[in-house]
Order: sequence, then C-alpha cells, then structure tokens
Amino acid sequence: MPAFVDIHDVTHIYAGSEDGQPAVEGMTIKVREGEFAAIVGPSGCGKSTVMKLATGLQFPAKGTIIVDGQQVTAPVKLAGMAFQNPVMLPWRTTLKNLLLPLEIVQPHRRRLRSHRKEYEARAEALLAQVGLAGQGSKFPWQLSGGMQQRASLCRALIHEPKLLMLDEPFGALDAFTREELWGIIRDLHAAQRFTVILVTHDLREAVFLADRVFCMSARPGRIIAERKIDLPRPRDIEITYTQKFIDIVHELRGHIATAREAA
Amino acid sequence: MAARRTRTTLILAPWIFTLGFFVVWEIVVRAFGISSFVLPAPTLIADSIYQYHTQLLRHSFHTAWMTLAGFGLAVVFGLLLGMALGASRIVHAGTYPLLVGFNAIPKVAVVPILVIWFGVGWQPPVLTAFLISFFPIVVNVATGLATIEPETEDVLRALGASKRDIIVKVGIPRAMPYFFGSLKVAITLAYVGSVIAEYNASNVGVGNLMARASADFNVPLLWAALIALAVLGVIMYAATALVEKRMTGWAQRSQFAAQ
Repeated sequence: MPAFVDIHDVTHIYAGSEDGQPAVEGMTIKVREGEFAAIVGPSGCGKSTVMKLATGLQFPAKGTIIVDGQQVTAPVKLAGMAFQNPVMLPWRTTLKNLLLPLEIVQPHRRRLRSHRKEYEARAEALLAQVGLAGQGSKFPWQLSGGMQQRASLCRALIHEPKLLMLDEPFGALDAFTREELWGIIRDLHAAQRFTVILVTHDLREAVFLADRVFCMSARPGRIIAERKIDLPRPRDIEITYTQKFIDIVHELRGHIATAREAA
Repeated sequence: MAARRTRTTLILAPWIFTLGFFVVWEIVVRAFGISSFVLPAPTLIADSIYQYHTQLLRHSFHTAWMTLAGFGLAVVFGLLLGMALGASRIVHAGTYPLLVGFNAIPKVAVVPILVIWFGVGWQPPVLTAFLISFFPIVVNVATGLATIEPETEDVLRALGASKRDIIVKVGIPRAMPYFFGSLKVAITLAYVGSVIAEYNASNVGVGNLMARASADFNVPLLWAALIALAVLGVIMYAATALVEKRMTGWAQRSQFAAQ
C-alpha cells in the first residue's frame, strides 16, 4: 500500500533566508493512511516547515511530496490545520468560526447556503464531541485558552479532512488541560481515522498519541530516527506512568540530546 | 453603591467640567476687566449667538453639508485605496511615498488651486475636506489588511482559499476597527478642511461667516461662530464614535474600552 503522505528526499530553503542554509535537507517521511505520526525535534529544526511542505503552502527546492496519490503543486485542500495559537476570528461566534472552512472548501462552499441547518448541526455535534456543547453562540474571546484550542480543533475537522496537521497545538496550555486535549484528539482520531501529522516538542505527547514518531536533527532538519510506538490502543493517560512508556520517551530523549549536541 | 455613584459621576463629569470652563472664563474676563474686543465673556457670546442664531444655523448647516460630502468621498476613496494598499505589496510600495508626500502638503495651500479650477462655490470646501481627510482612512484600512495573522492565512490557504477569499473573509472584517477608528480622526480633519476653504473661497458656511465677521471687527459674532464650530464638531465626532461602537463592539472588549 503506497504511503498517504510521501515526503521523499526533500530539501527546502526559504526564499529570503539570509544564510541560504536549508530549513530541511534530504528529508524522507512516509505516513500511511489513517496513521497518527508525530514529528519531534529540537526547536528551530524545521518541524513547522514539514507542515507547510505537506500542505502545499511551500514548495521544496528538491525532492518530491505526494499526498493522497497526487504530487503537491498547490495548497492541498484536503487538510485541516491547528496551531499553538488558536487563531479564531474574534468577530465571529465560535459556531461561525467553525463554519469558516466550509465557506472555502468545495463542495461545501456551494451547498452551505442551502444546507445551513445541516452544517450547523454538524458543527454543534463536533463541539459536543470535544466537550463544548452549547458554547457555539459565544465569541471565542469569551472562552478559556483550552476551550479555544478545542474549538480550533473542531474548525480543523469540520470539513472532514483526510489529513489533519497539528503544529504544537497544545504548547500554550497548562499540563492538565493538555492531557485532557490529548484524550480528545485520541478519541477523534479513533472515531474518524483521518491521517494525522503532529509536530511537537513534547516527547510524552508524541509517544502517547502517535503510532510512529520521527525525530529530527537540528537545522538543517533531517530525520535521524523513526520509532514505531506499539503501545496498545485505546491508550489511557495511566499508560504514561508505565515502564514501557517511560523507556520509549527516554530513548527518544536520547536522540534529541544527540541532535542538540551535534548542532 | 459606590460603583453606581462612580458611574453617575462619570456621566455628569463632561457637563460639569464644560460648565466650569465657561464659568472660569467669565470670572477671569470680569475680574481682570478684559476688553470684549480681545476676549468676550461667555455671556456676551451667548447674547450674540442668540442675536445671530438664524445666520449661524444656516451657515452651520451649510458647513455640515460640505464636511459630510467631503468626508463621504474620503470614506469611499480611502476604503478602496486602503484595500488596494493592504492587498498588494507592489501597490503599497509604489504609492506610499506619493501618499505621504501628498499628505505633507498643508491643505490651505491647495485651496487657491481649487479656486482657480472651480471658482468660488461648493467645490473648494468639499474637495478640501476630502483631500485632508482620506489619508488616515487609507493608512488604517491598509494596516488592518496587512496585519492578518500568518496562521489564519495558512489555515485558509491550506483549504484552497484564494487571495480574494482571505481578504473578504478575514482582511476586511479585521480592518473594520481600524477603519472606524480612523473615521473619528477623518471627520475632524474634514471639518477643518471645509472651514478653511469656506474662509477663503466661499460665500456661505461658518468659515465664510467668520471671514466677514473678522473683516467687520464683529468680535462677538466671530466668537459665536467659533462656538458654533465647536458644537458642530462635537456632534459629528460623537456620531462617528457611536457608529464605531455599534459596528465593531467585538473589538472593544477590553477593560480599557469598557470604562
């Protein structure tokens, strides 16, 4: 079975990069359909660049990127994205924020006006799934940081994307809220089986959520290790205190430490 | 209870301070025996306002018209140019020096040119009001558009949104607080513009009334006209501020704005 996201030998240099040094170099990542992949690495290693490349927001200088059987030459349109900053539009209610992707992506864009009720119901259902039932009429700035981040996840998923890209989505949250959101994203993934690429610097987060973890070196970023996480699913937060879990985290920690020293 | 008293005080404060200002003025004029030619007392000005009230009303009405017409032009033109500047870096880089240079010209200097072009009439006040007030609108709208968060842009672009989609869905709503904020500045400037032009190149309007009063050494009428200008200015500013509050309540959610 071919990979759903196939990043092959990719080198990327940002236009306007001062030293002309590539952000990522000779990078190869293959993610299967429905898989939960995590990319970890020291800060500034080009983790976010991978996201931009895979969604067609940037194009590589060298190498090929294939998503869902198609070479990426334009923004991919099948991806949902969430960032550390929830970036909700403050003039729209939470529900209307959720509907934003539907105003852009076809075929929803065409159907939105005539099927508004149906889409609103879908948004409400999604909000209920992340524990925000009935909060849709509030403005995002009336919600707490954790609630905004949940709403941002809903927005990323509202158009039922086949690929979900998460760029340190829980980075700005406190530890308890973060673990709560791990559970939410775990359940959403289990229920809908979309493909996820999670970029994070939190090793516990990567190991808890992912099927496979890729470790990146310092800039220019390349993959230095790939670790299959064979912990049984569904995983409970208790698993993070088992020896096996701790061993995996420790092992990954070793790779990152080496990468940092090499830099 | 204390909170309620603070609120009442806050509502009354502008009235009390304004009244106090005039009372102090009256006292100073009387205590130092200042000649009404130099500085008339508020009571004298009030007298003269009453005496000339039909003229004042007629001319104020005309000035308001000129201002609003120029302001309206500035809003339309400023919005369009601001959007072009905010949406395109080339337009921004290309036109900005021109705009800044143009804005640096004192608009009084433009009035004679307008008179040569259009003669004495409604055109110089309307156009001066327009020329003097469009700049802040352009700059603010452009800023609002140009400062879209890169993440928001990424989210939408990854969905296949066109540049136009992003401007319509995010850029324009986002620029609205900047736009309405700039209207408060623009309306006051437009007002200054129309009065300057009326003073120099019109047969009607408060500016013209002042020009004639000053030629006749009718100091109380001159001051009455000034007060009329101030009142009209406050009304127009307040109307714009009210519109701003209505349209962009979402942007005024901080504690500062609530005060």
